Amino acid sequence: MSNKETNTPNDIDEIQDRIVREFSALSDWTEKYKHIIKQGDQLEPLEEEHKTEENMVKGCQSNVWLVADLEGNKVKFKADSDAAIVKGLISLLMRVYDRQHPETILTKPPKFIEKIGMQEHLSATRANGLAAMIKQMKIYAMAFKTKLEQQAEA
Amino acid sequence: MIKTNEQSRRSNTSVDFSEIRNDFPVLNQQVNGNPLVYLDNAASSQMPQSVIDRINAYHSKEHSNVHRGVHSLSQKATDAYEDARGKVRDFINAPSKKEVLYTSGTTEAINMVARGLTGTHFQEGDQIILSEMEHHANIVPWQLIREQAGIDIKVVPITDRGELDLDAYKELFNSKTALVGLTHVSNALGTINPVEELVEIAHRHNVPVLLDGAQAVPHESIDVQTIDCDFYAFSAHKMYGPTGIGILYGKEEWLDKMTPYKGGGEMIDKVTFEETTYDELPHKFEAGTPPIAAGIGLGAAVEYLQNIGMKKISAYESDLLDYGTKKLESIEGLRILGTAPNKASVLSFVFDDIHAHDIGTLLNEQGIAVRTGHHCAQPVMRKYDVPATSRASLALYNNRDDIDRLVEGIEKVKEIFT
Repeated sequence: MSNKETNTPNDIDEIQDRIVREFSALSDWTEKYKHIIKQGDQLEPLEEEHKTEENMVKGCQSNVWLVADLEGNKVKFKADSDAAIVKGLISLLMRVYDRQHPETILTKPPKFIEKIGMQEHLSATRANGLAAMIKQMKIYAMAFKTKLEQQAEA
Repeated sequence: MIKTNEQSRRSNTSVDFSEIRNDFPVLNQQVNGNPLVYLDNAASSQMPQSVIDRINAYHSKEHSNVHRGVHSLSQKATDAYEDARGKVRDFINAPSKKEVLYTSGTTEAINMVARGLTGTHFQEGDQIILSEMEHHANIVPWQLIREQAGIDIKVVPITDRGELDLDAYKELFNSKTALVGLTHVSNALGTINPVEELVEIAHRHNVPVLLDGAQAVPHESIDVQTIDCDFYAFSAHKMYGPTGIGILYGKEEWLDKMTPYKGGGEMIDKVTFEETTYDELPHKFEAGTPPIAAGIGLGAAVEYLQNIGMKKISAYESDLLDYGTKKLESIEGLRILGTAPNKASVLSFVFDDIHAHDIGTLLNEQGIAVRTGHHCAQPVMRKYDVPATSRASLALYNNRDDIDRLVEGIEKVKEIFT
């Protein structure tokens, strides 16, 4: 964890730019998807006990689970999917949003998705759980933001 | 009447199926830089130019409300709309136009029967028989009336090949059985059920049968009198017609017994605040202004199919399905779900290590449209213990090139995953 914090830029715009640069180096769509799938392999595993109905983000075709906790004043996300491409995209979202301040999560949209040509994964069809997952991440961020504000007032 | 090249086909004994593709303008496009291969016909098929032209002609020259006006345009619209009903009657060989009701689709048709028999036919403690291979459209409407009608739902299991377990079906009948609701062709597996036999068994117990024909009508010739079913439901958009319109065929004795589940204009005889009497069949069930253009479009779709001939379509598609089955079976790691000897159109498949969602996404990148998911048939997915399948479903405009492209596409998906 500490390793990640020292080696990875924490600025959300910089992380997104880095992802876009990674993808721009890939020659064609097969390379792009291979890279996405590889990202999924590197995703911090979500323990089986968290793969519950309650933590499931509803999507028609693939299962997506998302859990969130407040660590200090930052949000710790963990997520998984049974489909490889969605899992890879989740892994990218984790690089961007995991361990960020709630305010950052709420104000910085995942612009990189469009820039790497994956915007169709966000379309509002019932085929897709990814848009719902981003929404769920924001709902968690909103809840934690309120909690932090209440703590500050107390 | 719009004349197109298929009009001349009727006289030809052989049909050139490679030419048929040109009748469907939507197929002539690129998706993600590749010529579109459309294999999602069980979800919705494409419309031929003749159907599009007929709908356009109605909008440009004939539109008016039906059944009420004395003016010429209303007469024209009514004639065209009722003429389409006649074409459908002929298409399924219903004894009378009175027994051919317009609905918004298969789903509404089944809901109409479920509601219409509640309070008129079902009695507390009655049972209905459905099957494990039903589309949700033939499950949920019955669950919605279950409490109000006081009925129980019994389920015919399916075998490993994806066929109805006939022995189990026979054993489900008892003195409380009040209806059988079964699909003619499974949307998730492609199995063609032996409907005549199923109906005959039910009738021996004096039980009426509703058949969900949504997946059957585009692929084979339907004769509701030979089948002898009491209800037959289907949708226009799965048989080269537009969305928003479908048909409920019902035997007159049953339709007379049913109450309409929606009320309004068009369906009444006399209205006072004390009492309303209903119009005659079929209008009793057709409250409100109908989707007139869609009805006329359905008529044009029927005409299109009849000009080619359902027997020729069945034979062509059956040959293509055999080819597709052999080709897919040759792909290592691929497993076809639904291996009944009598199948129509559907190739549902899974890999143990690649999720259907990933297959669908990566095929789309190559311009190949298949459906992935549970196909609104979750009990089937549970039976095979898979979360989802990929489904390629064929239509009369598909050909061996489409299958070859699908196979190449799947090989590419496998390559990405290695």
